[in-house]
Amino acid sequence: MAEYGTAVHEASRKAMSAWYDRLAAAAKSGAPTAYLMISGNCVEILRAFDIEPVFPEVNALQLAIRKQSLPLILKAEEMGYSSDNCAYVKADAGFTFGEGAPGVGKIPKPNFIVCNFVGCNVYIKWFEHCSEFLGVPLTMIDVPFVRSDRPSDGDVRYVVSQLKKLIADCEKATGKKFDIDKLRGICALSAKAEDGWQRCKDLCKNTPSPMDAYFDAINLMGPINVLRGTQDAVDFFDVAVREYETLVKEKKGPIPIEKFRIVVEGPPPYPFYRQFRDLFAAWNAVAVQSTYSTVGGIWEFGFRHDPKNPLESIAEQMLMENLCNRSLLDRYKQIRRYVEEWKADALVIHSVKSCRLFSAGQGDMRDYFANELGVPTLLVESDLEDPRYYAQAMMKNRIDAFFESLEHRKLLRGAQ
Amino acid sequence: MEISATAVVGRTSQAVEQAKAIVSAGLAPVLKRSDAPAFGCFPVYSPYEIIRAAGLLPVGLMGAGASIDIVHADARFQSFVCSIAKTSLELGLQKRLTGMEGAVFHSICDVARNLASVFKRNFPAMHIEYIHLPQNAAGPETEDYLVTEYRRVMTGLEARTGRRIDDAAVAAAIREYNRPRRLMRELYAMRSKEPERIGAAELFPLVRAGTMLPPDEHARLLESAKEEFVARKPRRMDRVKVVVEGAFCEQPPVGLIETLEGAGCYVVDDDFCAGWRWFSTDVPEGPDPVRQLARAWLEHGRASSTRYNPDNPRHKDLVRRVRETGAQAVLFMPAKFCEPALFDYVIFRRELEKENIPHLMVEFEEKMWTFERTRGEVETFVESLLFD
Ligand code: SF4
Ligand code: SF4
Repeated sequence: MAEYGTAVHEASRKAMSAWYDRLAAAAKSGAPTAYLMISGNCVEILRAFDIEPVFPEVNALQLAIRKQSLPLILKAEEMGYSSDNCAYVKADAGFTFGEGAPGVGKIPKPNFIVCNFVGCNVYIKWFEHCSEFLGVPLTMIDVPFVRSDRPSDGDVRYVVSQLKKLIADCEKATGKKFDIDKLRGICALSAKAEDGWQRCKDLCKNTPSPMDAYFDAINLMGPINVLRGTQDAVDFFDVAVREYETLVKEKKGPIPIEKFRIVVEGPPPYPFYRQFRDLFAAWNAVAVQSTYSTVGGIWEFGFRHDPKNPLESIAEQMLMENLCNRSLLDRYKQIRRYVEEWKADALVIHSVKSCRLFSAGQGDMRDYFANELGVPTLLVESDLEDPRYYAQAMMKNRIDAFFESLEHRKLLRGAQ
Repeated sequence: MEISATAVVGRTSQAVEQAKAIVSAGLAPVLKRSDAPAFGCFPVYSPYEIIRAAGLLPVGLMGAGASIDIVHADARFQSFVCSIAKTSLELGLQKRLTGMEGAVFHSICDVARNLASVFKRNFPAMHIEYIHLPQNAAGPETEDYLVTEYRRVMTGLEARTGRRIDDAAVAAAIREYNRPRRLMRELYAMRSKEPERIGAAELFPLVRAGTMLPPDEHARLLESAKEEFVARKPRRMDRVKVVVEGAFCEQPPVGLIETLEGAGCYVVDDDFCAGWRWFSTDVPEGPDPVRQLARAWLEHGRASSTRYNPDNPRHKDLVRRVRETGAQAVLFMPAKFCEPALFDYVIFRRELEKENIPHLMVEFEEKMWTFERTRGEVETFVESLLFD
């Protein structure tokens, strides 16, 4: 019999700590490392040169979840960062340009910085600052924002030409010659993990959903975004798929009785992850889909890295197959599919001050879903990194009021 | 101590008064023009020539300052979003953009990008375009990319207007816009040499008026202003020369600029309406005008907080401008909540401190209307520089 979450959580933790260990070892040995952003990343190329990727976003996330972010944010604000700047950057800047934080392992100074500018403009600032403060060269990969249904051939050509430049930079940094067959192998491993991702997400269409696709998606996001292209990631998804398939058979999920199925939009308030989660659990609400889980990539609709066309498929993922590089209107479409195909009762928008990529215009999103489509929609505000913007009592009131009325609606509908 | 901009330069200018009237009338008269339908250009830079060549009039869609009460836009954009995004949207929601054929937004920041989507959904009658301007060094691939991007925009405009845009029309538009561009460069150069001759609160409306006029009318306005400025016999006062940086998107109220001058500053360079003064040279009028425009953007564009350009890092460029204008200090003037400007402050500040250049942060909002606090801060700053 499966116990919800244990095996997946444990497997994710193990795979991610192995990565941390590799980073700590690299910090000691000087083995090559590079900074990279999560969204639509090209980690496959770094792997082709055995360059270990370092993700400052994961660092920021860890700092927030361990409740270590505030002093670092304040330190960054002393350096001149504004209280209105993205706090993910500030926590990382306070950490990296300062003296780190207690109990957090050493993160190596990278050999170079790869800025995959995929959607978020703050990425550029963040990595420019890293380059400037750490004195490390930066390679920019300018990924045109999606402006039509598909990226144009010109867009793909432009990104591929930059990937080729990145390959040349990697050759220089490592002294290794680029091996396209090695990259093909890595892309094949990526595709296998992506199969697993889609399977996990698809399983959430079941009632009850075997996974909370918002609060527990984090277990999947580490392996898919950070470890993609390795056997570790493939093995992790084998464990995850097995567990969720078993849970579906046993009709089990994250809470004993699934009462509400929700789709969640926006990143979670990491400093208050547990408290926030409990507010939904109290109503037996389970997230069956979330947009945040797709910041790195969207695989549930079928995209795969292609060993036959490795560079083009990497470019395609960067351009199109992730949430960040798509327009807000494309996000509405994505959420709409989630609501319809995953049979959700409601949409919850968690609007975070730090991340304007996500939040700017979410009031319009609420208008669209609530007024135009008639999907019950709740919008609450706080932050993903800065604990100063989270107010538990207010949050509880809003969430309780929303589910009360949702319950009422359900009752009425049941009575009809 | 109350010193108005007029007192700083010693006399009024008819052209400046005219420019002020144009600016304060807002978009309404522009939208009623019969010669060419208006097409909104959200900051910072737009390829105005391409829009012009489509038979449209590029106009700045640059917020509405204090001239509008936010009734609806607050429900779409949260409290932590800059004002220009909200007032621009509010104009539309209050049906004050009727007659505007469409609007273009660019890859300057996350807010502008999402705003393009919100415009598209809320104003389906408008042609909404989004241009991804490259965030990369100039190179053959980048140039090809940008040419393709401009051609894509042209195809969209052609479909909208039903009118072909040929290269000759783009070339003619380049010629047209080179005139006001050249004049603005001249006025800026004149002011940086002799700031007592042209007030910052005078130059600002002159430039801003260009965001609401066809290029030939703007050029005429600038020409008459230039004549008036040249005829002046100004007297240099004991003031601090400053470069103002950070107001490239949302625009400050003119009262704030008057306040800076009143508090004892000569503004010798600024980035107000930066997109409309984007190039350091004319755009070459040679063959293949679309490529010329793309190349000019890559090679002769401003260093801007909304553009990554390793060939001309912004912090180095700021120091260069300080040195070239002989400025004594930098006033860093970001719009409230402006993410790109606020992030850059960290790098600017570090560089200015390395170079021993004094600086002051003056945050603003387009709709602010009391300037007492700013006046006090700037006065103290100026005094510390004058009497140190
Ligand atoms: S703005 Fe959002 S996507 Fe960008 S760095 Fe900050 S948290 Fe990440
Ligand atoms: S003021 Fe700043 S944040 Fe707002 S739209 Fe302009 S560049 Fe973006």
